[in-house]
Amino acid sequence: MSEVAPVTPLRERAGQALKDTFLQEALTIATTKFIGLRREAFDEFPEGEALRDQARAIKEATLQRLDHWLEMLIDSIERRGGHVHYATSAEDARRIVLDIAKRTDARMAVKSKSMATEEIHLNEALEAAGVTPVETDLGEYIIQLAHERPSHIIAPAIHKTKGQVAELFARELGRETPPDPEVLTRIARDELREKFLRADLGITGANFAVAETGTVVLVTNEGNGRMVTSLPRVHVAVMGVEKVVPSMTDLAVFLAILAKSATGQKLSVYTSLVNGPRRGGELEGPEEFHLVLLDNGRIRQIAGPLREALSCLRCGACLNVCPVYRQIGGHAYGYTYPGPIGILLTAMLNGPESVKDLAHASSLCGACADACPVRIDIPRMLVELRKEVDERRIAPWPERFVFGALGWLLQRPALYRLTAPLGRLFQRPFVRGGAIRRLPPFLGQWTRTRDLPPVAARTFQERWADLEREGRR
Amino acid sequence: MSAAPRVSFMVTCLGDMFYPEIGEKIVRLLRSLGVTVEFPAGQTCCGLPLFNSGYHADAAAVARRTVALFEGAGHVVVPSGSCAWMVKHEYPGLLSGAERTAAERLAGRTHELSQFLVKVLGRRKFRRAVDGRLTYHDSCHLLRGLRESESPRALLRELAGAEFVELPGGDECCGFGGSFSVRLPEVSSAILDKKLANVEATGVECVVACDAGCLMQMRGGLSRRGSRVRALHLAEVLAGGAGEPASAAAPRGGAA
Repeated sequence: MSEVAPVTPLRERAGQALKDTFLQEALTIATTKFIGLRREAFDEFPEGEALRDQARAIKEATLQRLDHWLEMLIDSIERRGGHVHYATSAEDARRIVLDIAKRTDARMAVKSKSMATEEIHLNEALEAAGVTPVETDLGEYIIQLAHERPSHIIAPAIHKTKGQVAELFARELGRETPPDPEVLTRIARDELREKFLRADLGITGANFAVAETGTVVLVTNEGNGRMVTSLPRVHVAVMGVEKVVPSMTDLAVFLAILAKSATGQKLSVYTSLVNGPRRGGELEGPEEFHLVLLDNGRIRQIAGPLREALSCLRCGACLNVCPVYRQIGGHAYGYTYPGPIGILLTAMLNGPESVKDLAHASSLCGACADACPVRIDIPRMLVELRKEVDERRIAPWPERFVFGALGWLLQRPALYRLTAPLGRLFQRPFVRGGAIRRLPPFLGQWTRTRDLPPVAARTFQERWADLEREGRR
Repeated sequence: MSAAPRVSFMVTCLGDMFYPEIGEKIVRLLRSLGVTVEFPAGQTCCGLPLFNSGYHADAAAVARRTVALFEGAGHVVVPSGSCAWMVKHEYPGLLSGAERTAAERLAGRTHELSQFLVKVLGRRKFRRAVDGRLTYHDSCHLLRGLRESESPRALLRELAGAEFVELPGGDECCGFGGSFSVRLPEVSSAILDKKLANVEATGVECVVACDAGCLMQMRGGLSRRGSRVRALHLAEVLAGGAGEPASAAAPRGGAA
């Protein structure tokens, strides 16, 4: 268990999100834009479908021999003068990074966007150890100023409108500005430039690491990733173990679909290939390079029910198309990774107890599986998680009782048919003008916002004898 | 097309309890096309609610008895994409051995209504049973589960005298999702509001769907907001208006 469970129940968190008009506006605008851009990118790229299959096959083949590829990666990085650390847990990973900071006497760390460091809650740990973390991705910078956490895997400040960002900059930086993204970006660049020059430590995640060459790959749009990996004395990359890919050829397959899925770009603006520390004759780059390989619940899923989720590229496409995410945004999910894939990753990192409610935060509409560049069958695994939650009796007993009774009833057709007259008897006080508009509290979840059809005066089964006669005429 | 195809009708729980008139219209529509319709007794529910909530042992027991019930059937026609998907996609995996083989046979013979009309019978032209402009809502299980978007549209587009318009965001979920609709009712309703706003913006008289779950959700919302738009099952558009006794709807020899 690496993350603290949210205090308020899911339904309440979702309810608050639905009432937040700024959030609703921001979510609608951003997700609609992302959906359109992604669709256009793949419409113009007919070979994309085959590449998605190929990408998935590479992920599967790599997972088959993950130990082999990780050993090769470690060997390749060490040959280039870098250091590799293995963290079994979030705590382990934090300790490794803090040890590096302490040994190199670091006071300030600049960071490029990284979900892995969010997952291990690194910023809090750095602060507690006297190292100031500075997020340099614009979205991350915004939420760090606001003392919040990312609400989207690739667009961390997706929940904020430009007006809110302008207010935030005025309050936190003392700089009054119009809500103009260009002006706001210029201010952030100004503020960050001096931090880049002062930082001792550069901390990044990694989108991929190439085993054969020891190359750590960062896919970004703002160029801050390059500054983080080249200006400070020491570069630490934190990466989930599943992100290793065998070769540069394999990497090319992923790069061809990642940005298209995420933002609809053909390629991201920057694709940075980091090859360890600065070597003799090179003009830039850090003196030290460290890669922290993070397990944190991943390895045991190689043979577990969430194995498919280990293929995730963290593109965020499934969030953008998810009807639930589009209504409640990322924070309501309550953990580091939001959205449909986030529920699976939360279960992976924190165990099935953590998703007993979240596993049901999906209508199983399947839009996520269609959008996923590596075709992860997310709805299928949500159902598997629900099954695990039921079978391990994590689900509340009234629910298990109701479904148990339903299962029993559906195998007894005579009793099943009796539910129609019973329903008609029970519903009598509630039917108004051919619809049920209100039910008692325990049954009223549907009728708070929607009418319910009453049980028919004659069910189909009760009508069949007549229909059959009619057919013989 | 061989003469007089034989169909066993799977009414589904929602179709049986709440929307029996849809089932009636389907039976009459199929008969008007020369199909012999049977109705195996003892039907309950396909078990999808159990399956989706993770109660797979119970879902398997329901699957087992449903497979047995339809063992001798010809084609099986289902009014809802989600139930058809359950039978075709999930039944075999829930069972093993000879039962699994029987489930696979059933899966191959089971069709959602629009697919049966267009792909099995090869019929696309029907007379309309309602007036005004129509749009179509893709139900998730039919669209992304059974990969079917064209059959219902073909039927609606060729519906004589009706004007078919595409629904913006027609492929997006209506927010039903079975137990999701009561576990997170506020979220489910917010998704529905968006869907209904899109429907109303098209200016149609009626939105058509091929799933009783989506219909229950959309009708529930439309009636609560007092909308004049109706949410109808495909069979209600092809076979006669809601509540009216339907007459034979399709001209013979209208095959595409």
